[in-house]
Amino acid sequence: MSDLKFSEKGMQHYEWLLTRYPDKQAALLPTLRIAEEEFGNLGVPEMKYVADLMGISPARVFGVVTFYTHFRRAGTGTYHIQVCSTLSCALRGSQEVCDHVAKRLGIEVGETTEDGLFTLSKVECLGSCDTAPMFQLNDDYHENLTLQDVDGIIEECRQEAARGGAR
Amino acid sequence: MSFQKVFTRWTDDPASHTLAFYESKGGYESARKAIRDWAPDDLIEEVKASNLRGRGGAGFPTGVKWGFVPKQTDKPKYLAVNADESEPGTFKDRVIMEKYPHQLLEGIIISCWAVGIHTAYIYIRGEYVFAYRRLVEAIEEAYAKGYLGDKVLGTDFKLDVTVHRGAGAYICGEETGMLTSLEGERGQPKLKPPFPAIEGLFGCPTVVNNVETLANLPYILEIGSEAYKKVGPERSPGPKLFCVSGHVERPGTYELPMGVNLLSLINDTCGGIWKGRKLKAVIPGGSSAHVLHADECDVAMDIESLAAAGSMLGSAGVIVMDDQTCMVNALVNVMRFYHHESCGQCTPCREGTGWLEKIVHRIAYGHGKREDLERIDQICGRMVGKTICVLADAAAFPAWSFTQKFRDEFLQCIDNGGSPAVKARHPDRIGGGLHV
Repeated sequence: MSDLKFSEKGMQHYEWLLTRYPDKQAALLPTLRIAEEEFGNLGVPEMKYVADLMGISPARVFGVVTFYTHFRRAGTGTYHIQVCSTLSCALRGSQEVCDHVAKRLGIEVGETTEDGLFTLSKVECLGSCDTAPMFQLNDDYHENLTLQDVDGIIEECRQEAARGGAR
Repeated sequence: MSFQKVFTRWTDDPASHTLAFYESKGGYESARKAIRDWAPDDLIEEVKASNLRGRGGAGFPTGVKWGFVPKQTDKPKYLAVNADESEPGTFKDRVIMEKYPHQLLEGIIISCWAVGIHTAYIYIRGEYVFAYRRLVEAIEEAYAKGYLGDKVLGTDFKLDVTVHRGAGAYICGEETGMLTSLEGERGQPKLKPPFPAIEGLFGCPTVVNNVETLANLPYILEIGSEAYKKVGPERSPGPKLFCVSGHVERPGTYELPMGVNLLSLINDTCGGIWKGRKLKAVIPGGSSAHVLHADECDVAMDIESLAAAGSMLGSAGVIVMDDQTCMVNALVNVMRFYHHESCGQCTPCREGTGWLEKIVHRIAYGHGKREDLERIDQICGRMVGKTICVLADAAAFPAWSFTQKFRDEFLQCIDNGGSPAVKARHPDRIGGGLHV
């Protein structure tokens, strides 16, 4: 038995969501966002919890989660760096940014650092083409990046984590 | 009449997203006017008369689309606002949602009044967290002040608006894929007909409109359809947000009348090609549009003119490439995108996008053969028009146009063992040209 459970606030948000749609399953994507907020990453136990809560089969929830790329899957580091690599960014040096992040962190694209702090992904167009190159770090966009900026951002994350400030 | 900016009038003001600011500039007056002065059917006719055309990519006349929704139905009707904005090179709806969320909400009120809708969903791409938060705040403000809820503007008109986050899937920008995703499923498109206007969200009549389309409505009611039609070309008029990215000095979102000249947009508005280089090619309407050779770029940026030039306005995502760009390498990037984003339902798309990526990739890496260009043609011919949605077409168009218009460059790559850009970057991974 898993002891996962939404907090009272999470449960209130979930109950509110159910009032916004005529069909319960329509609340699945937003409910998965609550699960991300509450539990961090979405692994099998978290997906199973959402499935049981909503009365949907776990297989279906798994099918939905894995169709999309933006849910935080199990094993994702505290800081998820998603480097946009589509054409407009590529034209303005996204590959250099990606290579630089990989070198700084000592990992390849798709990997997580051993301390579980950073995950590096290459992703498709984030809709920020005029501020290329850029990446998304958890919720936030970091735009018009230079390699120096990248170093600074990684360092800030490390310091935040050392202070115990990371989520 | 001098050109009046409608979407970026006060973008420098840090409070432009708040209700107080929007009200101070006359915000929600058009919505008030709509409900007070316009019978819904007349309002639909007025929007038809304005010639407003959808800003999401297809350019379908907005009023005509509304007219398809059955007047008499015992089912609820829905508005699904397409804020998925995921066409590469497009970042305009983001500006509206981050800077003027209330202008979008006002447009939603107007369209819902015209079509008789009481429930609207804004489907926003999952990555736009900041814009999502702005929308949530704006909706809370609008409910608190009676612009939304059971009594919109003190009348008996009821309207609920909910923001719904996507989760990273290009295909959810396709209208039926978006509706499927809103229903809590994998965002796979559905066959049309039935069109959403007849059978859309939860099996009910549904209007699907883009953010920028809806944000035009308050302005149309403010100045009237006759005046609106005079902004830009009459058949596809209006103020328009152009997103310019790639090799220009000043990339950004620029508001100009529909029909602005593409070269002027690049050279005057965006400061020309960066680093003093020359123009090589432009994708004028998001990466699904046919690429334009530099000598085809003296063209007006509107729906008809770009169609006549063999491309499309699409989402007005203008991607500019300088004379040092390797077109083979650029096409590898575009093909990787479509292969990654194919939802996998239809064989021609699932397999075709993969084959295209592989073939272009091997040309770039020095394993190409001359007959590969023939093969790309054949594959594209078997993708276009053969699938449930147009993602397959969207992949085929750049594959076709890049290889046609820059054929010499592809042939050079094939004959000389790969793309110079790839050779410089991966000298160890370059292949043996014709013999592999």
